[in-house]
Amino acid sequence: MRQLITFIRKEFLHVLRDRKTLLMLFGLPIAQIVLFGFALSNEIKNSRIAVVDYSKDPTTTRLISKIAASDYFDIQRSLASADQLHTAFKKGDIKMAVIFPASFGDDLTHTGKATMQVIADASDPNQATTITNYLSQIVTDYNTELAKDAGQPMQINPETQMMYNPELRGAPNFVPGVMALVLMLVCTMMTSVAIVKEKELGTMEILLVSPFKPVYIIISKLAPNLLISVLNLFIILFLSWLFLDLPVKGSLVLLVTCSILFILTSLSIGLLLSINARTQQAAMMGSLMGMMLPTLLLTGFLFPIENMPLALQLLSNLVPSRWYFIIVKRVMLKGLGITAIWREMLILTGMCILLFTISLKKFKIRLQ
Amino acid sequence: MPPVISTNQLTKRFGQFVAANELTFQVEKGEIFGFLGANGAGKTTAMRMLCGLSIPSSGKATVAGFDVYTQTEKIKQNIGYMSQKFSLYDDLTVAENIRFYAGIYGMSKQAIKAKTTELLQELQLEKEAKTLVKALPLGWKQKLAFSVAIVHNPDIVFLDEPTGGVDPVTRRQFWDLIYAASDKGVTVFVTTHYMDEAEYCNRVSIMVDGVIAALDSPANLKQQFNAANMEDVFYELARNAKRKAD
Amino acid sequence: MKTLIFLLEKEFRQILRNRQILMTLLIAPLIQLILLPLAADYSVKNISLAVVDNDHSPFSQRLINKITASGHFRLTGYATSYPEALKMVEQDKADIALQIPIHFERDLVRENNKQLYIAINAIEGTKANLGGAYLASIIRNYNDDIRLRWQSATPSTPPQIEAVSSNWYNPLLNFKLYMVPAILVVLITAIAAMQSAFNIVQEKESGTIEQINVTPIKKHIFILGKMIPFLVLGIILFTLGLLVGWLFYGVVPVGSLLVLYASLIVYLFAMLGLGLLLATYSATQQQSMSLAFFFINIFNMMSGVFTAVDSMPGWAQTIVSTFPPSHFIKIMRMVVLKGSGFSDIAWPLTAMALIGLFLNTWAVLNYRKTS
Repeated sequence: MRQLITFIRKEFLHVLRDRKTLLMLFGLPIAQIVLFGFALSNEIKNSRIAVVDYSKDPTTTRLISKIAASDYFDIQRSLASADQLHTAFKKGDIKMAVIFPASFGDDLTHTGKATMQVIADASDPNQATTITNYLSQIVTDYNTELAKDAGQPMQINPETQMMYNPELRGAPNFVPGVMALVLMLVCTMMTSVAIVKEKELGTMEILLVSPFKPVYIIISKLAPNLLISVLNLFIILFLSWLFLDLPVKGSLVLLVTCSILFILTSLSIGLLLSINARTQQAAMMGSLMGMMLPTLLLTGFLFPIENMPLALQLLSNLVPSRWYFIIVKRVMLKGLGITAIWREMLILTGMCILLFTISLKKFKIRLQ
Repeated sequence: MPPVISTNQLTKRFGQFVAANELTFQVEKGEIFGFLGANGAGKTTAMRMLCGLSIPSSGKATVAGFDVYTQTEKIKQNIGYMSQKFSLYDDLTVAENIRFYAGIYGMSKQAIKAKTTELLQELQLEKEAKTLVKALPLGWKQKLAFSVAIVHNPDIVFLDEPTGGVDPVTRRQFWDLIYAASDKGVTVFVTTHYMDEAEYCNRVSIMVDGVIAALDSPANLKQQFNAANMEDVFYELARNAKRKAD
Repeated sequence: MKTLIFLLEKEFRQILRNRQILMTLLIAPLIQLILLPLAADYSVKNISLAVVDNDHSPFSQRLINKITASGHFRLTGYATSYPEALKMVEQDKADIALQIPIHFERDLVRENNKQLYIAINAIEGTKANLGGAYLASIIRNYNDDIRLRWQSATPSTPPQIEAVSSNWYNPLLNFKLYMVPAILVVLITAIAAMQSAFNIVQEKESGTIEQINVTPIKKHIFILGKMIPFLVLGIILFTLGLLVGWLFYGVVPVGSLLVLYASLIVYLFAMLGLGLLLATYSATQQQSMSLAFFFINIFNMMSGVFTAVDSMPGWAQTIVSTFPPSHFIKIMRMVVLKGSGFSDIAWPLTAMALIGLFLNTWAVLNYRKTS
């Protein structure tokens, strides 16, 4: 036991001595929470659009001023002719163009029906769909206004309530996502270097000839990273509460327990990488190239998992951050208790034990 | 003939700490100059200044006739250097290492080819030409590193503890290489902790606490300190050192 | 110049010799490029809906049918009460709860007016936004429908404006066309910045850089010798990436390849500069990795790959404009999807070049052969 403490102390010294790495370890979560929390949102606002009005009648003028008044649109300019559209789209100046044909006013007064054209730059399909929807909404509202004058029957009025996040901020979604992402990648990366580094330096041999149990070597390698990650977790939670108005609604103890479980799982992944890699570079490339994007995409905070092809859905089950993300959302944002997350906890525990056991086995094999 | 290395009150400070204090000495062409001192005495600092790796704080020095402040790039054309870690690329073969270092000194393709064959023969490494350096035994690596350091026929070669960690026979072979280079007129500036190696030098300087405490031929030094061997000379000088080793 | 060739020869030999790394560099990104666009699907088609139908009328039934027939919504179940439906939202069993109040049909007919209650889980902004919008438009259509059916003879038809929409450049709204170029950039970013940083730091750690420093090799030659191999590697990876995009996702650049490759070179110049800069600040591989990871992670999230830069607050947009990937991703999407030419991408291209120049100058100044 005393040996173990000696060893853990040595590992802590390694970590504490390397100021630059330490700075990164703590700087990253802080920078990310602040940047992402404030800057990222899925909402689409202030889309730049162009208006081409060939009709120039009172209705088009009123509709245009309604569009201009909306938060969603920012009328960049009025084009004189639709021929300039391609140029504007290609430069990326505008996302959408609204065209009123010359006959618009006449049609409306004579036939009671008129057609306007909406052209969206659909290179980003999500944005195109959304802003086309926004525009239709404005037009419909305008229609309803006209209709009210005429006395419209059978009006359905949907009353919509946005739960948990009424202002539709990005932070409630991104904070749990970033927590999962950062904790997982930092843990994996830091640990992936740990063992292979001693192998490269040749100090591993010295440890191996000492009467020190392999499992102790592993534990002491993990201890500093665990502590740093837990500290990081508290920093993130504190910042979210302070700056982003996202307190932990549920039980803090439960959240921290689950987080430690998740951190241990990530550490075990790093361990496995480290034991298998021949060089530090290979370990780091493995943990970064191999894990960064898959974690980003398969955690589920950027793209809904249920939209993915079945194979990827199955694959996403193997990504621990996916389960942790669910836990954080439920405990932190919705304030639910253990009954809502026991399944996810169980999965994480299983992964953790499995990964750790494999690592230990592999490590022992390498010794012989 | 002017000395190849000439320093006058050459000093390097790191903040309050004076690593090398007012060093003044000359090294003649073709000489094997031993640069001794306990760990932390300031040897490596002095050597780095002479190689143009570190700018002195004060004092003067010329190496191969060039100023260490203003003409470091000129100096680099004319020196070779081999450090404790003998900087070969592990993941390149023996021949590739030679080719690379010869290449960056601007040798022509034919010259490189000829030189490679010559070196491999000299080192008896013909069979290992295509072996990765990491697979070579330590002693061979050292010999190869030395040959690579003088591949461009420099005026001076600086050797920073070149023979650490190998057996006496290999060390002896290494010194044969040094003598061969010296015979060709290359000045050798070598730091070492092995006192038997100090005996091989034409002249020896011993640094203590950042200053040169003694400088003469091994024979004269032994006489001066009334010692049987260089080991005793060194011990006599170094035991009063105030600085702790590293 | 001659020394540069020897440097390059050495670098290429080292890169080609290390198979494990080379595979990670080329194969791993390509596999990800093949798989991950499948995961990046924003199209909202599976919004799960919990319904509380307190009316049980033909009207309410028709509304529910209309919603489920749209293809965007999946009916996960009927709840007996609104609180129960909300509970389903809470447990992530439903994204949206819809309550049709009692007397929905009767009140609509008699009083010409009735409420519907909708609760949306708004934690995932996109889903909430789009889901809400889809639901609203379905209800609007439904509203028009019942009006037409109920009173086929309306006294006076109110004037109607119809907005006809069309989608240019990607008429099928294929999200993969949009994501594949961006994911390719993300992968290249990681490789360019990390590998160049690693490479130099490795020479530092093994001590070979000391040997290089005592040679008369010029600073800029040495740095060029480090950059060119990764430039070549980046170009190869990019080319393979374009091939993968074409074979697997049918992404064929509309614009000219010349524009793409010219931009790529400017981009790699900037990112390799960043790698060099990071290398000059780190003493160990671990440090360079942490530094590189810091930047790459922020680049990934902020450069518009997943969320639009335009919807960020002004200060954030200013910060993002200093990130080379944000410009390159923009260029890629513009050229690949819309066929933009040099004059269209002049600004992002210039910005990238300036950032690259700045980073490289800084790196060269900070890289010391002497101390």
